[in-house]
Amino acid sequence: MAKTGAQILVDMLIKKGVEYVFGIPGGAVLPLFDTLYDSPIKFILTRHEQGAGHAADGYARATGKVGVCLVTSGPGATNLTTAIATAFMDSTPLVAITGQVKRRFIGSDAFQEADITGITRPITKHNYLIKDIRDLPGAVNEAFHIASTGRCGPVVIDLPVDITTETWDGAIPEEVNLPGYKPRYQGNPRQIRLAAEAINHSKRPVVYTGGGIIHSGCHKELLEMAERGNFPVTTTLMGLGGFPEDHELSLGMLGMHGTLYANHAVTECDLLIAIGARFDDRITGKLDEFAPHAKIIHIDIDPASISKNIKVDVPVVGDAKNTLAELLPLIQPAERREWLEKIKEWKEKYPLSYDNSGVLPKPQYIIEQIWEVTKGDAVITTEVGQHQMWTAQYYTFTRPRTLISSGGLGTMGFGFPAAIGAQLGCPDKTVIDIAGDGSFQMNIQELATVVHHKLPVKVAIMNNGYLGMVRQWQELFYKKRYSQTHLEDNPDFVKVAEAYGAKGFRVERKEEVRPVLEKAMAIKGPVVIDFRIGEEENVFPMIPAGKTVKDAIREGTFGGMA
Amino acid sequence: MRHVITALVENKVGVLARIVGLFTSRGFNIDSLTVGETENPELSRLTVVVKGDDATIEQVRKQLGKVIDVIKVIDLTDTPYVERDLLLVKVNVPPGKRGEILEIVDVFRGKIIDVGQKDLIIELSGTEDKLEAMIKLLHTYGIKEMARTGQIAMARGSK
Repeated sequence: MAKTGAQILVDMLIKKGVEYVFGIPGGAVLPLFDTLYDSPIKFILTRHEQGAGHAADGYARATGKVGVCLVTSGPGATNLTTAIATAFMDSTPLVAITGQVKRRFIGSDAFQEADITGITRPITKHNYLIKDIRDLPGAVNEAFHIASTGRCGPVVIDLPVDITTETWDGAIPEEVNLPGYKPRYQGNPRQIRLAAEAINHSKRPVVYTGGGIIHSGCHKELLEMAERGNFPVTTTLMGLGGFPEDHELSLGMLGMHGTLYANHAVTECDLLIAIGARFDDRITGKLDEFAPHAKIIHIDIDPASISKNIKVDVPVVGDAKNTLAELLPLIQPAERREWLEKIKEWKEKYPLSYDNSGVLPKPQYIIEQIWEVTKGDAVITTEVGQHQMWTAQYYTFTRPRTLISSGGLGTMGFGFPAAIGAQLGCPDKTVIDIAGDGSFQMNIQELATVVHHKLPVKVAIMNNGYLGMVRQWQELFYKKRYSQTHLEDNPDFVKVAEAYGAKGFRVERKEEVRPVLEKAMAIKGPVVIDFRIGEEENVFPMIPAGKTVKDAIREGTFGGMA
Repeated sequence: MRHVITALVENKVGVLARIVGLFTSRGFNIDSLTVGETENPELSRLTVVVKGDDATIEQVRKQLGKVIDVIKVIDLTDTPYVERDLLLVKVNVPPGKRGEILEIVDVFRGKIIDVGQKDLIIELSGTEDKLEAMIKLLHTYGIKEMARTGQIAMARGSK
């Protein structure tokens, strides 16, 4: 029986097990929404397309499944682009379906027309403009396949409205045939042997892991490997949760706001074993002085990530889980007592610390309390800025997919909608968006979405009345000239929450932190907590951009910086 | 160093835009880029001449390989290969110089494909060096218009 393009698409989404679609309707997707009206797919109506994209992204990161969003042509699609770029930078599997004007109007500057395949080309893993209904099923299959295999990423399907109303009765293919796309899952055995040799010879190894651990689901293999060889493990922001931070081999996060002991260990190591990480500039600082004494092994599914920023000695292209499984039996157990002693010294000399005196609650303290109240079992999302770094530093991540944060693109406004997707994907978990007052206002409209869908998402705003991270840079590097970072007329977040139908609390004293958190967690619906913290709180330690651990600024050590 | 890289790509709408976009967004400098059908109408061959150090060239190869529509990428630089560029040049013919110009064309084994009252159109194919050499000589007479295809290349022997 002939089906419309809309019916073909919706049927395929159902068959692929798509549970939720996030988006907003519009002119070019009316037939699709009419078909969805009768379908079992649950549609999550957000209040801005960017929110829909981040929610689909959050769902994907929390569950490991493909996130799906659907928006209209033109502004609907362009509003989605920040979310697409965010997913691209952090390798999230996302399929974004955008409406398009009728085929005969394409290129005519029609109402709500934008060249979305052109616009999203550099921020997608692949994209499609469907010009013939017969190509639709193949494109849908390929989109899901490409998004969720290899190094995952977003795929856009741009669908002209007249294709969604046209009918076709052809067979729907099951398989994909992509001669140019064969991601490599198995590491080359010779390279794995070379890696094992280097590892077994190493006296001062450090394992440096990224989001690849989470994507490939190899946290167990990583733990086994670390314990076998006594390798200290440091992770990137994206890698947090891939290795238990309460483990004695954990060094926490490295890089600009990483622990000093992680950065010292990397600087002094003789072997750096990078797994599913990409030597981002926020990690390496000054490239020539990054891990200067180390031989570098790099295991990554994306060959282009290898030797992109730093020349690698032993490259292994492959999936981290498969590669670690092959590598494990080749690793000789070793104590490495001297090296671990040295690391212990650094940990004692340079612990993460903050001054907890004063009346106002300290952000670091709030984050520790969030961890305690939730027993470390929550899914944490963050926005981008100081609160994100405090979360990375002071929340002890022990399980994969418990931190959802925009690492690569650094998208403010990501965390709250991402929390919506994470909550839908993990209905039994407590989901908390740790936010800043600046970031939260970038997608604050999604309060309507959480209230409408009765999602018990909690938002903890570290409210310093500033765009705090930018202010910190202005304090340190621009002589405290706070150009456009003071958010003097912030709204009353408690009243805003209440206006949307959520609960709101304000915390202005340290001793209120714990009771208010407990009260908030006991509430079954959405809650916004406005934590008033000091205006000039800073994130330390900090290695200034392009510098090394020798130049690290610690609390109380800066002053007189040019 | 100058590298000649060829890629077999799916003959689909938008492939060229993808590749050109990739080169600009990654900041790769290309000298020339050509694309045309192959013996298989479903495939096109892309030839790109790119300059850069080893690390850059490695990135060019890898990034090209990541494009879904790209099936195979070969750097011809270190293997025996032939390359050709096609030139059309409209050259001014000053009074009494026609013979001289014809002689140059003959030496380079070019072809005259159009004869006007005051100009000639010359066709020449060959390596970049050969084309540059003839262009240099023709400058003496005044070049009115010029068009080139850019390099196409192929590995020698059976592979």
